Amino acid sequence: MSTLTLRVGSVVIEVERRTAVVSAVLVGLAAGLALLALCHGQDWATPAEVFTALTRGGESAFVIREWRLPRVAAALVFGASLGLAGAVFQNLTRNPLGSPDVIGLDAGAYTGALVAITLLNGTAGQLAAGSVAGGLLAAAVVYLLSLDSGLSGLRLVVVGIAVNAMLTALNCWIVLRAEIDVALAATGWNVGSLNGVDWAEIRLPFAVIGLFVLLLLVISQAVHQGALGDEIARTSGVRLGRLRLLMVLAGVGCTATVTAVAGPVVFIALAAPQIGRRLARAAGVPLVPAALTGAVLLLAADLVAQLLLAPVALPVGVVTTAIGGCYLIWLLSMEVKRR
Amino acid sequence: MSSRLTAEDVTLGYGERVVSARVSLAVPDGAFTAIVGPNACGKSTLLKAFVRLLTPSSGAVRLDGRDVADHRPKRFARQVGFLPQGLVAPEDIVVRRLVARGRYPHGSLLGTGTAADAEAVRSAMEVAGVAELAERRVEELSGGQRQRVWIAMVLAQETPYLLLDEPTTFLDITHQYELLALFARLRDEGRTIVAVLHDINQACRFADHLVAMKGGRVVAQGPPADVVDAELMREVFGLPSVVMPNPATGTPMVVPTV
Repeated sequence: MSTLTLRVGSVVIEVERRTAVVSAVLVGLAAGLALLALCHGQDWATPAEVFTALTRGGESAFVIREWRLPRVAAALVFGASLGLAGAVFQNLTRNPLGSPDVIGLDAGAYTGALVAITLLNGTAGQLAAGSVAGGLLAAAVVYLLSLDSGLSGLRLVVVGIAVNAMLTALNCWIVLRAEIDVALAATGWNVGSLNGVDWAEIRLPFAVIGLFVLLLLVISQAVHQGALGDEIARTSGVRLGRLRLLMVLAGVGCTATVTAVAGPVVFIALAAPQIGRRLARAAGVPLVPAALTGAVLLLAADLVAQLLLAPVALPVGVVTTAIGGCYLIWLLSMEVKRR
Repeated sequence: MSSRLTAEDVTLGYGERVVSARVSLAVPDGAFTAIVGPNACGKSTLLKAFVRLLTPSSGAVRLDGRDVADHRPKRFARQVGFLPQGLVAPEDIVVRRLVARGRYPHGSLLGTGTAADAEAVRSAMEVAGVAELAERRVEELSGGQRQRVWIAMVLAQETPYLLLDEPTTFLDITHQYELLALFARLRDEGRTIVAVLHDINQACRFADHLVAMKGGRVVAQGPPADVVDAELMREVFGLPSVVMPNPATGTPMVVPTV
């Protein structure tokens, strides 16, 4: 297998050629989809108009820069963030089913966001903090309930699915109990939607996601070492307890921040890492292909959501849930066969 | 005989179940130590205590007089390497990449891509006899090949101490002897080897220091020629046997008489 090398000081970073090619293709695909999404609207703009609007302004500049661009940026960054969160948890549980949307962390984050809206004012900061806190709490509950087997294995996934169901019920109850205007706002959003996203809403979440990505960069070597199993990881110098805590923090952070803005968008975190891994044919569950695949998937799903029943824009979560359901059934049957 | 790595009066177990009570062992520096004993006698458990995978409920495991738990993990991992049993490689990983994971304790935030890392990986694959498998996927390999890949990984860690839990498992007889000869060679280069071995004759043939365990206790230890006799075989393994000098090497050879 041929590799590409990159020299940083005395350190040579080696990348499989296939991983590099797949990453480049995914970036190209994301750029193409982004252009398409920027063109799409009630009146289709030509790519030339989009370029003019982005670089020099012009008559459609406001629509493209202030309405369409934030939505495209949100789809890309949130998709990447969900892909990363999925990869982190699949590495942590060493199970392709162990993704935050399956084991109830998205639902927990949504509970946190709902609490922030119904009991507090629901400012962007409160939403972000509430979501992360809710996600961490859900993670703690799943962890405590599956403590016998530690943070790994099918047991955690099964416990997580149960927690997910209970939290979804709790979320329904909160919405039913809430004031009508809050309830309307919350339900429009409980399947995950990027409709009407603007820059003001996403600045803080982008910064928060940036911080968690930075954290992941710092621990990525240890994450991959952890995939060798507890014993080798520990005897080769990984502080496993601390690493797992940081992984949970980064994984919950990445998924909860997205939930705070867009509601629970399922399937991306589940599927992106596995699709990315298969495309790149890389070892374990690599982070970069997961992020890129997530970005492409969410943007594509959001385009489909806008085009499917145009001019009515569906919430993107409807599309991801539909595809995700099929994928989950397939994955479950594969898992059962493997055992 | 000096010992930098010692276990003093340690009690080891999992949860409530005690495997070893107040066991002591000083690992002789620069020697090849073989630990033998029947199944479930606490050999692996003792090994795990030496590499910080198991914290003793009493007593202390020390490296250079300092409790192993107080060493910084990466620095400790540059001193002591460990090969456990029953390893599973990440999906789709190629041999060279897996061996390179042994360099983790020598790495930085950027990973393990220095010239020293590359050389350690190359030489470890060469020595373990997996150089020609470098670009193969680990899951495509036979059990014996896989075992040698894991051995290459722990060799790439380049530690003065090498602890191995039944490293000859899955290997055919030729590779078993090659591996044991390799350990003897590493010992000659100044490394300290501790291996749990099943084959008592191989232990006698290659080890400088033999530790016999039973029921969580060290029953006997010393040079194989001083330690191994029919009496020990009956006491430790419950196996009637005659012990005679190996015609090829002169080391004790156990011939069971059942």
